Amino acid sequence: MAAVLEIDNLHKAFTVGFIPKKREILKGVSLAVAAGEIFGYLGPNGAGKTTTLKCVLGLIFPDRGKIELFGHPSLSAKGKERLGYLPENPYFYDYLTAAEFLNFYAQLFGLKKKEKHDKIAGLLRLVGMEKARDLQLRKFSRGMLQRVGLAQALINDPDLLFLDEPLGGLDPLGRKELRDIIVRLKQEGKTIFLSSHILQDIEMICDRVAIIVGGRVISQGALQSLISEKVLFTEVTVSGLDPADLVDLGEPVSTAGERILLKVLQEDNIDNLMALVQQRKGRIHSLVPRTETLEDIFVEMVKHG
Amino acid sequence: MKIRAIALNTFKEAIRDRILYLLFFFAAVSLAFSRLLAVLTVGDRVKIIKDVGLASISVFGVLMAILIGTGLVYKEIDKKTIYTLLAKPIRRWQFLLGKFFGLALTLFVMILAMGIIFLAIVLLHTGKLDGRLLLAILFIFLELILITAVAILFSCFSTPILSSIFSLSFYLIGHLSWGLETLILRTRSGTARAAIRGLSAILPDLENFNFKTEVVHGLVVDPKFYLFSALYGLVYTIFILTLAVLIFKKRDFV
Repeated sequence: MAAVLEIDNLHKAFTVGFIPKKREILKGVSLAVAAGEIFGYLGPNGAGKTTTLKCVLGLIFPDRGKIELFGHPSLSAKGKERLGYLPENPYFYDYLTAAEFLNFYAQLFGLKKKEKHDKIAGLLRLVGMEKARDLQLRKFSRGMLQRVGLAQALINDPDLLFLDEPLGGLDPLGRKELRDIIVRLKQEGKTIFLSSHILQDIEMICDRVAIIVGGRVISQGALQSLISEKVLFTEVTVSGLDPADLVDLGEPVSTAGERILLKVLQEDNIDNLMALVQQRKGRIHSLVPRTETLEDIFVEMVKHG
Repeated sequence: MKIRAIALNTFKEAIRDRILYLLFFFAAVSLAFSRLLAVLTVGDRVKIIKDVGLASISVFGVLMAILIGTGLVYKEIDKKTIYTLLAKPIRRWQFLLGKFFGLALTLFVMILAMGIIFLAIVLLHTGKLDGRLLLAILFIFLELILITAVAILFSCFSTPILSSIFSLSFYLIGHLSWGLETLILRTRSGTARAAIRGLSAILPDLENFNFKTEVVHGLVVDPKFYLFSALYGLVYTIFILTLAVLIFKKRDFV
């Protein structure tokens, strides 16, 4: 598949402080996003996620490196017509109502009056903000701003959508709704670049991820190739057993009343444990095999990165 | 089209800003006060009304231009609204020009409103209208346009408070710089005189827009002066806006 975004060896430093001191934020970021995928851009706070995005969008100028969008070097006004962007903690003109705000942005794309009207109504419905249509944005909660923010990012029906921490500030229901919207956008053929430090979100919907730590992309690839399917250990909750008998079978993690949570490393020991439970007339309450998660990889990489 | 959209949004922002109405209120009070002042004065009362009225329009117009103008660009960066805006297909110079025209439109509406109050007071007092008053107001407006450009220039790289101080300084210097001409005449030729001459060439001369005295006292003005002043304003405004665009173009929005 053709790459819609290619970043090669991107460098950016800022001078900070009264006595100017250079701080390198990006130390050679390289990544490629293919058309039609959901690409997760992961990293701890301050790793350079937002800085990378701002370089791509032309809000700041990189010191070195190459950015190619839709196969063209540098960002032209024409290229911007195919982009959508939702910044982190979005904040918009608070003296405008939601409808006025979307109308203003629609004008920047030269949308026709009728087209504009339908588009705005459709987007407000999509993000569940129809009722807040004529409310000034100053009265919006953070979650509501996030929703309107997504609506403005979609106003031009973009091919490539940049979402910076899109799930921040949303309640659990809102997160689920937004995830559904993102997946639906992918089905419509859009490419989505999702930056986040909330791993569960990314894990559920991303096709490929890049992990950035300290201004460098340290790992990049399909999610399946990064995460092994191997069972690391099994968590078993049992009751009616003597803790002393369990020492050989696994590591007791916690006890709550009768119940004991056990971390079993060897698979053979699970059979032994079951046999013991039957013999002592105890009970098994849960048995959960744990495979490697993105979080494990992430923690591992950040530690060593 | 895009500049128009930004300008209209800026206009909307400005007219929904309370500070504008506060200034407008004081301007109206000041205009009404000129009537009161005239009663207390010995001599030509009409001249007092016209003089104080025009001065009020000018001062409050400048305050509007500076207080709103210096916040316009800064607020967009500070509140990060500029992030999504510049990610849309607009260029940075279009953004800046949109801001400029938006504020110019706001000032036009305000000057119009203040002008109507002023002319109504004059009309009530004298029973006739002096067309030249409109001309004086027009040149006040041209001066405000230049001040707007200056305020936007400073707000491209500085905080509103600093920008306000800078812009106000520009305004004051602009109205006092004619004093340098007198200084040149009184200085012996040499380095000092050359330096002062250089300074007077660089510094803005906002007295070019001041036709208040001539209009109030009914003095004759050569039409060439009007033309020169209008051209001066135009060229200076374009120069300042170009400077602003050049600075703004290179800026990182962190």
